[in-house]
Amino acid sequence: MLHTFVAYVEDKPGVLTRVASLFRRLNINIISLTVGHSERPGISRMTIVANAPDHANAEAGHRIRASLFKLEDVVEVDDIGKAPAVTRELALIKVAATAHTRSHIFELAEVFRARIVDLAPDSLMIEITGVESKIEGLIQVLNETEERVLEVCRSGKMTMRRGAHKSGVLRAMGVGTGEPQPEEPAFEHFADNI
Amino acid sequence: MSNIEKNDNAHLAEPITGPTRLTGAEILWATLVGEGVTVVFGYPGGAILPVYDALRKFPIHHILVRHEQGASHMADGYSRASGKVGVAIATSGPGATNLVTGIATAMLDSIPMVCITGQVSSKVLGSDAFQEVDITGITLPITKHNFLVNRPEDIAPAVRYAFQIAKSGRPGPVLVDITKDAQQQSALFDFAAAKPRPYAAHPMLSVQHDHLHEAAELIRNAKRPVILAGHGIMQSNAGEQVRSLAERMQIPVGTTLLGLGAFPASHLLNMGMMGMHGESWVNHAIQEADLLIACGMRFDDRVIGTPTTYSPNSKKIHIEVDPAEINKNIKADVALVGDLRQVLEQLLPLLPGRDGSAWLKTIADSKGSAAVLDITNLPDSGHLYAAHVMHDLWRITDGKAIIVTDVGQHQMWEAQYYRHDQPRTLITSGGLGTMGFALPAAIGAKVACPDKEVWVIAGDGGFQMTACELATIVQEKLDINVAIINNGFLGMVRQWQEFFYEKNYESTPLVSPDFVKLADAHGIPGAAVRDRGDLEAAVQSARAHKGPYLLNFLVEKEDSVYPMIPAGAALHEMIRRPGRNPLDEHPEDL
Ligand SMILES: Cc1ncc(C[n+]2csc(CCOP(=O)(O)OP(=O)(O)O)c2C)c(N)n1
Repeated sequence: MLHTFVAYVEDKPGVLTRVASLFRRLNINIISLTVGHSERPGISRMTIVANAPDHANAEAGHRIRASLFKLEDVVEVDDIGKAPAVTRELALIKVAATAHTRSHIFELAEVFRARIVDLAPDSLMIEITGVESKIEGLIQVLNETEERVLEVCRSGKMTMRRGAHKSGVLRAMGVGTGEPQPEEPAFEHFADNI
Repeated sequence: MSNIEKNDNAHLAEPITGPTRLTGAEILWATLVGEGVTVVFGYPGGAILPVYDALRKFPIHHILVRHEQGASHMADGYSRASGKVGVAIATSGPGATNLVTGIATAMLDSIPMVCITGQVSSKVLGSDAFQEVDITGITLPITKHNFLVNRPEDIAPAVRYAFQIAKSGRPGPVLVDITKDAQQQSALFDFAAAKPRPYAAHPMLSVQHDHLHEAAELIRNAKRPVILAGHGIMQSNAGEQVRSLAERMQIPVGTTLLGLGAFPASHLLNMGMMGMHGESWVNHAIQEADLLIACGMRFDDRVIGTPTTYSPNSKKIHIEVDPAEINKNIKADVALVGDLRQVLEQLLPLLPGRDGSAWLKTIADSKGSAAVLDITNLPDSGHLYAAHVMHDLWRITDGKAIIVTDVGQHQMWEAQYYRHDQPRTLITSGGLGTMGFALPAAIGAKVACPDKEVWVIAGDGGFQMTACELATIVQEKLDINVAIINNGFLGMVRQWQEFFYEKNYESTPLVSPDFVKLADAHGIPGAAVRDRGDLEAAVQSARAHKGPYLLNFLVEKEDSVYPMIPAGAALHEMIRRPGRNPLDEHPEDL
């Protein structure tokens, strides 16, 4: 089962190892991990997507979050769970393409709202942001063309909870519909007790 | 403590107040003094030499160990006996790696401890310099936290922070690795300014009111409740509160191995130890229970057997300081996350009282025959059984000694036959099960509690893992009694081979030196005991002797610990002691 966590950690040497080592110790595979500066000075923000093995019980998400909290350098952890959130991934894709075949790739990129960010005599580079399925969709379509996909570089997921919308607004925005409702209000997530 | 008094540094006892310029090595000692440290266990080497050189200026007694594993176990034993933070010191490389087993032992049992290691100079860090090892990397998963310090001005803040981390929340070991150049260079030392930011409780630590009420409701309505008493009671100093809970609500108590002593063994409501080698009636009561109240315990696999069959019909209230323990092995119906003592203080006012007599009687009835079957059904041929040693030791010391055990059969027999009424009187490696723990941990315990009678109980196997520390006992003139339970086997492994590997005693028979002669070579008197009739006199001469004493108990070779729940089986699927049940023949004899 996939779990997505957002962790604020101190920006110090070795913090990444500590976080990674925790997942290794719990025998949980990290699917993606993005780290970068956050809005707070000296604090980095991580989005961690992890796959808890099936034998791990249903409370794996809770346990991972609690274990992350136990690391001294971890300041805050949020288990995104089913809460409404915006998730994005960035991918750079290099495709073999010559002057004759470029236009087809341009069209595909257009459909996926991707941008061409580099053009060379025998290749071009596409930049795409979006949810996982969109990126995977583009890669799949590219693979089905005559051209070869030379390189794929994906950032891994970055996730941020949505603001505290009134449900009407949320509906009007077309988000939160069709998705499972959050189990808990988005803003109470740091003080819950199991 | 006598060792401190004879320390020639005692005149330097005035703490350094106000900012002073010191070398990193001096800063380390001054910070330890400020943290209240009076004794450290260590072993010198090149990368920590500046620290050793500066020691003479500070009122701290250094105990020279014979192996750094001993230093970490001593710091651990010191902590377990006193509740204070134990400190171990080692040099870089092999010195640091030798600490590892002791650090892991402390981690698994949540023991507050600070380890200081020397590291190669920061200029050569990462170059595979002589005796360089990445000890912060190695100990990352077995410490609560660790630090690599390479500037003198960072030493005091790191060490003070290390003490705070070691003691706070769920305690544990912390390691501070200090490069040699940081020890040599100087910086401004200001103890007060190096204070860590205040400890912030885990953000997931919040006992919710409705949960308290839910828990109280469950306790009030339970018909067959059992309190599971764990190590957390000691750590949170909640013995009194657990006792009030048990007495007021008339709830029987079972303890974990590390919980022994947390609730008085002689208390009428104390059923005894649970788990793999726990008393059968305790495990039965847990299986039959309709409510378990877990107090500072973590449902370790040695305690639950298998999660799917564990106490199938009970609700579980789990009171625990570490939120990561909740629902890890056993699903809690109500989780009260927080310091046990504080949680119980909030819970107790909601519990007016209860009549528990029917359930207590059921347990007493099941205890009647089971007690006889497993515990006292030993052939009385005058021949010596380990159980006799434990029982008599308990009787003769009036249950008041600090017993430090090693790991194996003797550890379980100790837990079954020595009745601990006081907390911190049993010191044993529970979570990691570290052979070689007893002798060094006993040194730490004796140093922490010089006025207490301290006994080491070790198997012939485990004793030899750290026997070199006999020399430390002599050098420090420590009055520690050592009882070796000598069965000529790695007993507990032999028992598993007997039960589960068709008695294929591969690599478990053990040839040992003459332990009495070994003691003699250290200038420690001792005696071998073969017959039950000689037991009491031998124990008395050990106690009467001022200074260390060693007794080599030559016990039944192929005895096994009963009852036993095979690993992974259900609590009621225990292996019982075979043979005649004396109760059937002469009930009046028992
Ligand atoms: C360091 C270490 N190595 C191996 C083991 C596995 N082990 C557990 S009990 C035991 C046998 C202990 O034998 P002994 O010290 O003679 O004690 P006895 O069981 O006979 O009382 C062994 C080898 C262990 N617990 N610790």
